[in-house]
Amino acid sequence: MNIRKRIRRVLKYKDLYVLLVQRDIKLKYRRSFLGYIWSVLNPLMTMLIMTIVFSYFFKRDIEYFPAYLMAGNVLFAFMRESTTLSMSSVINNAMLLKKVSVPKYIFTLATVTSSFVNLLFALGAFLLVLLIVQVPLSLYMFLIIIPIVELFIFCIGLGLFLSQITVFFRDVKNIWSVVTLAWMYMTPIFYPIESLDPRLARIIMHFNPMYIYITIFRDLAVYSRMSDINILLQGASYSFIMLVIGSWFFRKNQGKFILYI
Amino acid sequence: MNESNVIIELNDVTIRYNIASEKIYDLKEYAIKMLTGKLHFKEFFALNDVSFQIHQGESWGIIGKNGAGKSTLLKTICGIIDPYRGSVKAEGYIAPMIELSAGMDSNLTAAENIFLNGAILGNSRKFMKTHFDEIVDFAEIHKFLETPIKNYSSGMRARLGFAVATIVKPDILIVDEVLAVGDFEFRKKCENRIQELLEGGTTLLLVSHAVNDIKKLCDNAIWIEDGKVRMIGDSKTVCDSYMESGKS
Repeated sequence: MNIRKRIRRVLKYKDLYVLLVQRDIKLKYRRSFLGYIWSVLNPLMTMLIMTIVFSYFFKRDIEYFPAYLMAGNVLFAFMRESTTLSMSSVINNAMLLKKVSVPKYIFTLATVTSSFVNLLFALGAFLLVLLIVQVPLSLYMFLIIIPIVELFIFCIGLGLFLSQITVFFRDVKNIWSVVTLAWMYMTPIFYPIESLDPRLARIIMHFNPMYIYITIFRDLAVYSRMSDINILLQGASYSFIMLVIGSWFFRKNQGKFILYI
Repeated sequence: MNESNVIIELNDVTIRYNIASEKIYDLKEYAIKMLTGKLHFKEFFALNDVSFQIHQGESWGIIGKNGAGKSTLLKTICGIIDPYRGSVKAEGYIAPMIELSAGMDSNLTAAENIFLNGAILGNSRKFMKTHFDEIVDFAEIHKFLETPIKNYSSGMRARLGFAVATIVKPDILIVDEVLAVGDFEFRKKCENRIQELLEGGTTLLLVSHAVNDIKKLCDNAIWIEDGKVRMIGDSKTVCDSYMESGKS
Protein backbone atom coordinates (compact mmCIF):
# COMPACT_ATOMS: atom_id res chain seq x y z
CA MET A 1 0.00 0.00 0.00
CA ASN A 2 1.40 3.37 -0.87
CA ILE A 3 1.72 6.18 1.65
CA ARG A 4 -1.46 8.06 0.84
CA LYS A 5 -3.58 4.95 1.03
CA ARG A 6 -1.97 3.99 4.27
CA ILE A 7 -2.58 7.38 5.85
CA ARG A 8 -6.18 7.30 4.71
CA ARG A 9 -6.61 3.90 6.28
CA VAL A 10 -5.16 5.13 9.55
CA LEU A 11 -7.42 8.20 9.61
CA LYS A 12 -10.44 6.11 8.77
CA TYR A 13 -10.20 4.54 12.19
CA LYS A 14 -9.61 7.63 14.28
CA ASP A 15 -13.19 7.56 15.53
CA LEU A 16 -12.74 3.97 16.57
CA TYR A 17 -9.60 4.91 18.47
CA VAL A 18 -11.47 7.61 20.37
CA LEU A 19 -14.34 5.24 21.08
CA LEU A 20 -12.05 2.53 22.40
CA VAL A 21 -10.38 4.97 24.77
CA GLN A 22 -13.77 6.24 25.91
CA ARG A 23 -14.96 2.68 26.43
CA ASP A 24 -11.97 1.79 28.59
CA ILE A 25 -12.41 4.88 30.70
CA LYS A 26 -16.17 4.46 31.06
CA LEU A 27 -16.00 0.82 31.99
CA LYS A 28 -13.12 1.23 34.42
CA TYR A 29 -15.21 2.99 36.94
CA ARG A 30 -18.77 2.16 35.98
CA ARG A 31 -20.66 0.79 38.96
CA SER A 32 -17.92 1.76 41.38
CA PHE A 33 -18.80 3.97 44.28
CA LEU A 34 -16.20 6.66 44.03
CA GLY A 35 -15.63 6.49 40.30
CA TYR A 36 -12.97 8.77 38.88
CA ILE A 37 -12.02 10.00 42.30
CA TRP A 38 -10.00 6.80 42.60
CA SER A 39 -7.68 7.98 39.87
CA VAL A 40 -6.78 10.87 42.11
CA LEU A 41 -7.09 9.12 45.46
CA ASN A 42 -4.98 6.09 44.61
CA PRO A 43 -1.74 7.91 43.83
CA LEU A 44 -2.27 10.15 46.86
CA MET A 45 -2.61 7.22 49.19
CA THR A 46 0.38 5.44 47.69
CA MET A 47 2.44 8.55 48.09
CA LEU A 48 1.35 8.95 51.69
CA ILE A 49 2.32 5.43 52.64
CA MET A 50 5.63 5.56 50.86
CA THR A 51 6.48 8.93 52.36
CA ILE A 52 5.85 7.68 55.84
CA VAL A 53 7.97 4.59 55.28
CA PHE A 54 10.88 6.06 53.39
CA SER A 55 11.20 9.51 54.89
CA TYR A 56 12.67 7.77 57.88
CA PHE A 57 15.67 6.97 55.67
CA PHE A 58 15.89 9.78 53.22
CA LYS A 59 14.06 12.88 54.33
CA ARG A 60 17.18 14.74 55.24
CA ASP A 61 18.79 14.05 51.88
CA ILE A 62 16.00 15.17 49.61
CA GLU A 63 14.23 18.45 49.52
CA TYR A 64 10.43 18.28 49.23
CA PHE A 65 10.55 14.53 49.68
CA PRO A 66 6.81 13.80 49.21
CA ALA A 67 6.83 15.62 45.88
CA TYR A 68 10.05 13.91 44.82
CA LEU A 69 8.53 10.56 45.67
CA MET A 70 5.22 11.15 44.02
CA ALA A 71 6.72 12.41 40.80
CA GLY A 72 8.62 9.17 40.32
CA ASN A 73 5.72 7.05 41.46
CA VAL A 74 3.15 8.58 39.18
CA LEU A 75 5.28 8.25 36.06
CA PHE A 76 6.46 4.76 36.88
CA ALA A 77 2.93 3.64 37.65
CA PHE A 78 1.85 4.89 34.25
CA MET A 79 4.57 2.91 32.54
CA ARG A 80 3.75 -0.19 34.50
CA GLU A 81 0.01 0.06 34.01
CA SER A 82 0.11 0.90 30.31
CA THR A 83 2.55 -1.87 29.47
CA THR A 84 0.81 -4.46 31.62
CA LEU A 85 -2.57 -3.72 30.06
CA SER A 86 -1.03 -3.57 26.59
CA MET A 87 0.11 -7.15 26.86
CA SER A 88 -3.46 -8.36 26.84
CA SER A 89 -4.69 -5.79 24.35
CA VAL A 90 -4.45 -7.99 21.30
CA ILE A 91 -5.50 -11.28 22.84
CA ASN A 92 -8.48 -9.70 24.60
CA ASN A 93 -9.80 -8.54 21.27
CA ALA A 94 -9.22 -11.85 19.57
CA MET A 95 -12.89 -12.36 18.79
CA LEU A 96 -13.01 -9.09 16.96
CA LEU A 97 -9.82 -9.65 15.03
CA LYS A 98 -11.14 -12.95 13.77
CA LYS A 99 -14.26 -11.43 12.30
CA VAL A 100 -13.47 -7.98 11.01
CA SER A 101 -10.51 -6.41 9.32
CA VAL A 102 -9.30 -3.70 11.67
CA PRO A 103 -5.79 -2.28 12.14
CA LYS A 104 -4.46 -4.52 14.87
CA TYR A 105 -2.32 -1.93 16.59
CA ILE A 106 -5.32 0.21 17.41
CA PHE A 107 -6.14 -1.77 20.54
CA THR A 108 -2.70 -1.32 22.02
CA LEU A 109 -2.77 2.36 21.14
CA ALA A 110 -6.14 2.82 22.82
CA THR A 111 -4.98 0.96 25.93
CA VAL A 112 -1.89 3.10 26.39
CA THR A 113 -3.97 6.21 25.79
CA SER A 114 -6.54 5.35 28.43
CA SER A 115 -3.72 4.76 30.91
CA PHE A 116 -2.46 8.15 29.89
CA VAL A 117 -5.78 9.72 30.78
CA ASN A 118 -5.38 8.11 34.17
CA LEU A 119 -1.95 9.69 34.41
CA LEU A 120 -3.50 13.09 33.84
CA PHE A 121 -5.77 12.58 36.81
CA ALA A 122 -2.81 11.49 38.90
CA LEU A 123 -1.00 14.65 37.88
CA GLY A 124 -3.91 16.56 39.33
CA ALA A 125 -3.23 14.83 42.61
CA PHE A 126 0.44 15.66 42.18
CA LEU A 127 -0.37 19.34 41.82
CA LEU A 128 -2.27 19.14 45.07
CA VAL A 129 0.75 17.65 46.79
CA LEU A 130 2.99 20.39 45.38
CA LEU A 131 0.73 22.96 46.95
CA ILE A 132 0.57 21.18 50.28
CA VAL A 133 4.34 20.68 50.52
CA GLN A 134 4.74 24.31 49.48
CA VAL A 135 6.96 23.72 46.52
CA PRO A 136 7.64 27.04 44.83
CA LEU A 137 5.72 27.03 41.57
CA SER A 138 7.20 28.38 38.40
CA LEU A 139 6.70 28.57 34.68
CA TYR A 140 9.09 25.64 34.29
CA MET A 141 6.20 23.42 35.20
CA PHE A 142 4.53 23.94 31.89
CA LEU A 143 7.46 22.20 30.29
CA ILE A 144 6.59 18.90 31.91
CA ILE A 145 4.75 18.19 28.72
CA ILE A 146 8.10 17.25 27.21
CA PRO A 147 9.01 14.30 29.43
CA ILE A 148 5.38 13.22 29.54
CA VAL A 149 5.05 13.05 25.78
CA GLU A 150 8.40 11.28 25.54
CA LEU A 151 7.24 8.76 28.11
CA PHE A 152 3.96 8.28 26.27
CA ILE A 153 5.75 7.48 23.03
CA PHE A 154 8.13 5.19 24.88
CA CYS A 155 5.22 3.28 26.39
CA ILE A 156 3.50 2.93 23.06
CA GLY A 157 6.61 1.36 21.62
CA LEU A 158 7.05 -0.92 24.58
CA GLY A 159 3.34 -1.75 24.61
CA LEU A 160 3.41 -2.72 20.95
CA PHE A 161 6.37 -4.98 21.50
CA LEU A 162 4.80 -6.66 24.51
CA SER A 163 1.36 -7.06 23.00
CA GLN A 164 2.69 -8.92 20.00
CA ILE A 165 4.99 -11.23 21.93
CA THR A 166 2.22 -12.09 24.39
CA VAL A 167 0.17 -13.48 21.52
CA PHE A 168 2.76 -16.20 21.05
CA PHE A 169 3.96 -16.69 24.61
CA ARG A 170 1.30 -16.08 27.21
CA ASP A 171 3.66 -16.28 30.17
CA VAL A 172 5.31 -13.02 29.19
CA LYS A 173 2.73 -11.54 31.53
CA ASN A 174 4.26 -13.22 34.55
CA ILE A 175 7.78 -12.40 33.48
CA TRP A 176 6.86 -8.78 32.97
CA SER A 177 5.51 -8.27 36.45
CA VAL A 178 8.84 -9.38 37.86
CA VAL A 179 10.74 -7.22 35.39
CA THR A 180 8.81 -4.11 36.39
CA LEU A 181 9.40 -4.87 40.04
CA ALA A 182 13.15 -5.04 39.54
CA TRP A 183 13.02 -2.02 37.29
CA MET A 184 11.29 -0.03 39.96
CA TYR A 185 13.97 -0.77 42.50
CA MET A 186 16.60 0.22 40.02
CA THR A 187 15.00 3.59 39.47
CA PRO A 188 15.65 6.26 42.06
CA ILE A 189 12.05 6.88 43.01
CA PHE A 190 12.24 6.77 46.76
CA TYR A 191 15.96 7.14 47.17
CA PRO A 192 18.40 9.66 45.76
CA ILE A 193 20.72 8.44 43.06
CA GLU A 194 23.63 9.73 45.09
CA SER A 195 23.06 7.00 47.63
CA LEU A 196 24.16 4.39 45.14
CA ASP A 197 27.59 3.13 44.31
CA PRO A 198 28.92 5.50 41.62
CA ARG A 199 29.43 2.80 39.02
CA LEU A 200 25.89 1.52 39.44
CA ALA A 201 24.65 5.09 39.37
CA ARG A 202 26.38 5.69 36.07
CA ILE A 203 24.81 2.60 34.52
CA ILE A 204 21.40 3.66 35.70
CA MET A 205 21.82 7.19 34.45
CA HIS A 206 22.60 6.07 30.94
CA PHE A 207 20.62 2.91 30.52
CA ASN A 208 17.46 3.37 32.51
CA PRO A 209 14.99 5.34 30.41
CA MET A 210 12.60 5.67 33.33
CA TYR A 211 15.31 7.40 35.32
CA ILE A 212 15.73 9.86 32.48
CA TYR A 213 12.06 10.72 32.14
CA ILE A 214 11.51 10.95 35.86
CA THR A 215 14.57 13.14 36.35
CA ILE A 216 13.54 15.60 33.66
CA PHE A 217 10.06 15.73 35.12
CA ARG A 218 11.22 16.12 38.69
CA ASP A 219 13.70 18.82 37.82
CA LEU A 220 11.02 20.86 36.11
CA ALA A 221 8.12 20.33 38.46
CA VAL A 222 9.72 20.14 41.87
CA TYR A 223 13.02 21.96 41.54
CA SER A 224 12.15 24.46 38.81
CA ARG A 225 15.20 23.73 36.74
CA MET A 226 15.80 22.43 33.28
CA SER A 227 17.84 19.28 32.94
CA ASP A 228 21.02 19.08 30.97
CA ILE A 229 20.54 19.01 27.20
CA ASN A 230 22.23 15.62 27.10
CA ILE A 231 19.56 14.09 29.25
CA LEU A 232 16.82 15.63 27.15
CA LEU A 233 18.31 14.18 24.01
CA GLN A 234 18.73 10.78 25.61
CA GLY A 235 15.07 10.83 26.56
CA ALA A 236 14.02 11.65 23.03
CA SER A 237 16.24 8.94 21.58
CA TYR A 238 14.92 6.27 23.89
CA SER A 239 11.37 7.19 22.93
CA PHE A 240 12.14 7.09 19.27
CA ILE A 241 14.10 3.85 19.43
CA MET A 242 11.48 2.09 21.51
CA LEU A 243 8.75 3.17 19.14
CA VAL A 244 10.69 1.87 16.18
CA ILE A 245 11.46 -1.45 17.85
CA GLY A 246 7.89 -1.95 19.01
CA SER A 247 6.36 -1.06 15.64
CA TRP A 248 8.82 -3.16 13.73
CA PHE A 249 8.18 -6.31 15.72
CA PHE A 250 4.46 -5.70 15.69
CA ARG A 251 4.31 -5.27 11.94
CA LYS A 252 6.52 -8.25 11.34
CA ASN A 253 4.36 -10.59 13.35
CA GLN A 254 0.85 -9.27 13.01
CA GLY A 255 0.10 -11.51 10.06
CA LYS A 256 0.55 -14.50 12.30
CA PHE A 257 -1.69 -13.34 15.12
CA ILE A 258 -4.75 -14.94 13.64
CA LEU A 259 -3.17 -18.34 13.88
CA TYR A 260 -2.55 -18.05 17.60
CA ILE A 261 -5.48 -16.20 19.06
CA MET B 1 -19.69 -10.79 -18.53
CA ASN B 2 -17.76 -7.58 -18.23
CA GLU B 3 -14.03 -8.01 -17.69
CA SER B 4 -13.72 -4.46 -16.40
CA ASN B 5 -16.15 -5.13 -13.57
CA VAL B 6 -14.19 -7.72 -11.69
CA ILE B 7 -14.66 -6.85 -8.06
CA ILE B 8 -13.17 -9.90 -6.37
CA GLU B 9 -10.28 -11.86 -7.75
CA LEU B 10 -8.35 -14.75 -6.30
CA ASN B 11 -5.26 -16.13 -7.94
CA ASP B 12 -3.75 -19.39 -6.73
CA VAL B 13 -4.61 -18.52 -3.16
CA THR B 14 -3.17 -20.89 -0.62
CA ILE B 15 -3.66 -20.52 3.09
CA ARG B 16 -1.57 -22.48 5.51
CA TYR B 17 -2.04 -22.99 9.18
CA ASN B 18 0.72 -24.25 11.43
CA ILE B 19 -0.74 -26.65 13.87
CA ALA B 20 1.88 -27.41 16.44
CA SER B 21 1.54 -31.02 17.49
CA GLU B 22 0.67 -29.70 20.88
CA LYS B 23 -0.29 -26.07 21.07
CA ILE B 24 2.54 -24.35 22.87
CA TYR B 25 1.69 -21.28 24.84
CA ASP B 26 4.63 -20.49 26.98
CA LEU B 27 8.30 -19.76 26.67
CA LYS B 28 9.49 -22.55 28.86
CA GLU B 29 7.82 -25.28 26.83
CA TYR B 30 8.94 -23.68 23.60
CA ALA B 31 12.55 -23.59 24.72
CA ILE B 32 12.48 -27.17 25.94
CA LYS B 33 10.86 -28.48 22.81
CA MET B 34 13.26 -26.56 20.62
CA LEU B 35 16.26 -27.89 22.47
CA THR B 36 15.10 -31.45 22.53
CA GLY B 37 14.24 -31.31 18.86
CA LYS B 38 10.61 -32.13 19.45
CA LEU B 39 9.16 -28.98 17.92
CA HIS B 40 6.98 -30.32 15.16
CA PHE B 41 4.59 -28.27 13.13
CA LYS B 42 1.99 -29.97 11.07
CA GLU B 43 1.04 -27.97 8.08
CA PHE B 44 -2.58 -27.65 7.26
CA PHE B 45 -3.65 -26.09 4.00
CA ALA B 46 -7.05 -24.57 4.53
CA LEU B 47 -7.17 -23.42 0.93
CA ASN B 48 -5.12 -24.75 -1.93
CA ASP B 49 -4.58 -22.90 -5.22
CA VAL B 50 -7.99 -21.33 -5.30
CA SER B 51 -8.67 -19.02 -8.24
CA PHE B 52 -11.82 -17.36 -9.47
CA GLN B 53 -13.30 -14.02 -10.39
CA ILE B 54 -16.47 -12.35 -9.25
CA HIS B 55 -18.02 -9.42 -11.04
CA GLN B 56 -19.81 -6.47 -9.60
CA GLY B 57 -23.44 -7.02 -8.80
CA GLU B 58 -23.31 -10.79 -8.95
CA SER B 59 -24.68 -12.98 -6.21
CA TRP B 60 -22.65 -16.01 -5.22
CA GLY B 61 -23.30 -18.82 -2.84
CA ILE B 62 -20.44 -20.75 -1.27
CA ILE B 63 -21.24 -24.30 -0.29
CA GLY B 64 -19.34 -27.25 1.00
CA LYS B 65 -19.03 -29.59 3.94
CA ASN B 66 -17.97 -28.36 7.35
CA GLY B 67 -14.26 -27.75 7.40
CA ALA B 68 -14.00 -27.45 3.63
CA GLY B 69 -12.57 -23.95 3.83
CA LYS B 70 -15.60 -21.72 3.23
CA SER B 71 -15.09 -19.45 6.22
CA THR B 72 -11.39 -19.23 5.53
CA LEU B 73 -12.20 -18.16 1.99
CA LEU B 74 -14.45 -15.40 3.27
CA LYS B 75 -11.91 -14.26 5.80
CA THR B 76 -9.23 -13.91 3.23
CA ILE B 77 -11.50 -11.88 0.98
CA CYS B 78 -12.25 -9.63 3.96
CA GLY B 79 -8.60 -9.16 4.67
CA ILE B 80 -8.60 -10.96 7.99
CA ILE B 81 -6.14 -13.65 6.91
CA ASP B 82 -3.37 -13.05 4.41
CA PRO B 83 -2.68 -15.78 1.87
CA TYR B 84 0.46 -17.79 2.27
CA ARG B 85 0.77 -17.90 -1.50
CA GLY B 86 -1.17 -16.25 -4.25
CA SER B 87 -3.11 -13.01 -4.22
CA VAL B 88 -6.54 -11.75 -3.25
CA LYS B 89 -8.11 -8.61 -4.55
CA ALA B 90 -11.42 -7.27 -3.30
CA GLU B 91 -12.50 -3.74 -4.05
CA GLY B 92 -14.75 -1.28 -2.37
CA TYR B 93 -16.46 -1.29 0.97
CA ILE B 94 -16.89 -4.77 2.34
CA ALA B 95 -19.57 -5.44 4.94
CA PRO B 96 -18.64 -8.67 6.67
CA MET B 97 -21.34 -10.51 8.52
CA ILE B 98 -19.25 -13.19 10.08
CA GLU B 99 -21.00 -13.46 13.38
CA LEU B 100 -23.34 -10.65 14.03
CA SER B 101 -22.21 -9.49 17.40
CA ALA B 102 -18.58 -9.01 16.47
CA GLY B 103 -17.44 -5.71 17.79
CA MET B 104 -20.06 -5.48 20.43
CA ASP B 105 -18.98 -5.06 23.97
CA SER B 106 -21.56 -6.68 26.18
CA ASN B 107 -21.01 -4.22 28.99
CA LEU B 108 -21.92 -1.25 26.88
CA THR B 109 -25.44 -0.14 26.03
CA ALA B 110 -27.00 -0.57 22.61
CA ALA B 111 -26.55 3.08 21.78
CA GLU B 112 -22.85 2.90 22.67
CA ASN B 113 -22.47 -0.29 20.70
CA ILE B 114 -24.01 1.19 17.59
CA PHE B 115 -21.24 3.72 17.50
CA LEU B 116 -18.57 1.18 18.43
CA ASN B 117 -19.68 -1.37 15.89
CA GLY B 118 -20.00 1.29 13.25
CA ALA B 119 -16.52 2.59 13.99
CA ILE B 120 -15.08 -0.91 13.79
CA LEU B 121 -16.51 -1.20 10.32
CA GLY B 122 -14.74 2.03 9.49
CA ASN B 123 -17.63 4.49 9.62
CA SER B 124 -17.22 7.95 11.04
CA ARG B 125 -19.05 9.08 14.14
CA LYS B 126 -20.93 11.68 12.19
CA PHE B 127 -22.17 9.04 9.80
CA MET B 128 -23.41 6.85 12.61
CA LYS B 129 -25.22 9.79 14.17
CA THR B 130 -27.04 10.53 10.93
CA HIS B 131 -28.18 6.95 10.53
CA PHE B 132 -28.77 6.20 14.19
CA ASP B 133 -32.55 6.30 14.00
CA GLU B 134 -32.58 4.19 10.87
CA ILE B 135 -30.62 1.50 12.66
CA VAL B 136 -32.85 1.57 15.71
CA ASP B 137 -35.92 1.32 13.48
CA PHE B 138 -34.61 -1.68 11.58
CA ALA B 139 -33.58 -3.47 14.75
CA GLU B 140 -36.76 -2.49 16.58
CA ILE B 141 -34.97 -1.78 19.85
CA HIS B 142 -36.39 1.65 20.63
CA LYS B 143 -37.25 0.71 24.18
CA PHE B 144 -33.91 -0.86 24.99
CA LEU B 145 -31.34 1.67 23.85
CA GLU B 146 -29.85 2.30 27.26
CA THR B 147 -29.72 -1.36 28.27
CA PRO B 148 -26.37 -3.13 28.23
CA ILE B 149 -26.11 -5.64 25.40
CA LYS B 150 -25.48 -8.48 27.79
CA ASN B 151 -29.14 -8.28 28.69
CA TYR B 152 -30.26 -8.67 25.12
CA SER B 153 -31.62 -11.86 23.63
CA SER B 154 -29.64 -13.42 20.82
CA GLY B 155 -32.35 -12.39 18.37
CA MET B 156 -32.10 -8.75 19.41
CA ARG B 157 -28.36 -8.88 19.09
CA ALA B 158 -28.65 -10.41 15.64
CA ARG B 159 -31.05 -7.69 14.50
CA LEU B 160 -28.80 -4.97 15.84
CA GLY B 161 -25.71 -6.46 14.23
CA PHE B 162 -27.39 -6.86 10.89
CA ALA B 163 -28.77 -3.32 11.01
CA VAL B 164 -25.37 -1.80 11.70
CA ALA B 165 -23.60 -3.89 9.09
CA THR B 166 -25.98 -3.05 6.28
CA ILE B 167 -26.55 0.61 7.04
CA VAL B 168 -24.01 1.62 4.46
CA LYS B 169 -24.73 0.26 1.07
CA PRO B 170 -21.69 -2.01 0.82
CA ASP B 171 -19.98 -2.83 -2.45
CA ILE B 172 -19.54 -6.38 -1.25
CA LEU B 173 -21.80 -8.00 1.32
CA ILE B 174 -20.46 -11.15 2.90
CA VAL B 175 -22.84 -13.27 4.93
CA ASP B 176 -21.47 -16.30 6.77
CA GLU B 177 -24.18 -18.59 8.05
CA VAL B 178 -25.83 -15.88 10.10
CA LEU B 179 -29.26 -16.27 8.62
CA ALA B 180 -29.57 -19.52 10.51
CA VAL B 181 -29.88 -17.54 13.73
CA GLY B 182 -33.02 -15.56 14.27
CA ASP B 183 -36.69 -16.11 13.92
CA PHE B 184 -38.80 -16.20 10.79
CA GLU B 185 -39.45 -12.47 10.85
CA PHE B 186 -35.76 -11.70 11.15
CA ARG B 187 -34.93 -13.98 8.23
CA LYS B 188 -37.56 -12.28 6.13
CA LYS B 189 -36.24 -8.84 7.03
CA CYS B 190 -32.69 -9.86 6.19
CA GLU B 191 -33.69 -11.38 2.89
CA ASN B 192 -35.56 -8.24 1.96
CA ARG B 193 -32.60 -6.08 2.84
CA ILE B 194 -30.30 -8.34 0.87
CA GLN B 195 -32.60 -8.13 -2.14
CA GLU B 196 -32.65 -4.35 -1.81
CA LEU B 197 -28.88 -4.23 -1.76
CA LEU B 198 -28.58 -6.58 -4.70
CA GLU B 199 -30.88 -4.40 -6.73
CA GLY B 200 -28.63 -1.49 -5.84
CA GLY B 201 -25.61 -3.21 -7.35
CA THR B 202 -24.08 -4.79 -4.27
CA THR B 203 -22.16 -7.99 -4.81
CA LEU B 204 -23.25 -10.78 -2.50
CA LEU B 205 -21.29 -13.70 -1.08
CA LEU B 206 -23.38 -16.05 0.96
CA VAL B 207 -22.18 -19.06 2.88
CA SER B 208 -24.91 -21.35 4.00
CA HIS B 209 -25.77 -24.96 4.49
CA ALA B 210 -29.34 -24.19 3.56
CA VAL B 211 -29.04 -25.00 -0.11
CA ASN B 212 -32.50 -23.63 -0.74
CA ASP B 213 -31.49 -20.20 0.53
CA ILE B 214 -28.59 -20.30 -1.88
CA LYS B 215 -30.76 -21.24 -4.81
CA LYS B 216 -33.23 -18.53 -3.85
CA LEU B 217 -30.85 -15.65 -3.24
CA CYS B 218 -27.88 -16.41 -5.48
CA ASP B 219 -27.46 -16.75 -9.20
CA ASN B 220 -24.11 -18.49 -8.97
CA ALA B 221 -22.36 -20.85 -6.60
CA ILE B 222 -18.94 -22.22 -5.75
CA TRP B 223 -18.52 -25.64 -4.19
CA ILE B 224 -15.44 -25.85 -1.97
CA GLU B 225 -14.13 -29.24 -0.95
CA ASP B 226 -10.97 -29.84 1.09
CA GLY B 227 -9.70 -26.37 0.34
CA LYS B 228 -10.14 -26.62 -3.42
CA VAL B 229 -12.77 -25.41 -5.83
CA ARG B 230 -14.70 -28.53 -6.77
CA MET B 231 -17.30 -26.87 -8.94
CA ILE B 232 -18.23 -23.39 -10.04
CA GLY B 233 -21.22 -22.25 -12.05
CA ASP B 234 -24.84 -21.34 -11.78
CA SER B 235 -26.37 -22.02 -8.41
CA LYS B 236 -28.96 -24.59 -9.42
CA THR B 237 -26.45 -26.86 -11.14
CA VAL B 238 -23.81 -26.60 -8.46
CA CYS B 239 -26.26 -27.03 -5.60
CA ASP B 240 -27.90 -30.05 -7.18
CA SER B 241 -24.53 -31.72 -7.74
CA TYR B 242 -23.58 -31.01 -4.15
CA MET B 243 -26.80 -32.54 -2.87
CA GLU B 244 -26.31 -35.57 -5.13
CA SER B 245 -22.84 -36.21 -3.78
CA GLY B 246 -24.23 -36.15 -0.26
CA LYS B 247 -26.65 -38.92 -1.03
CA SER B 248 -24.18 -41.41 -2.47
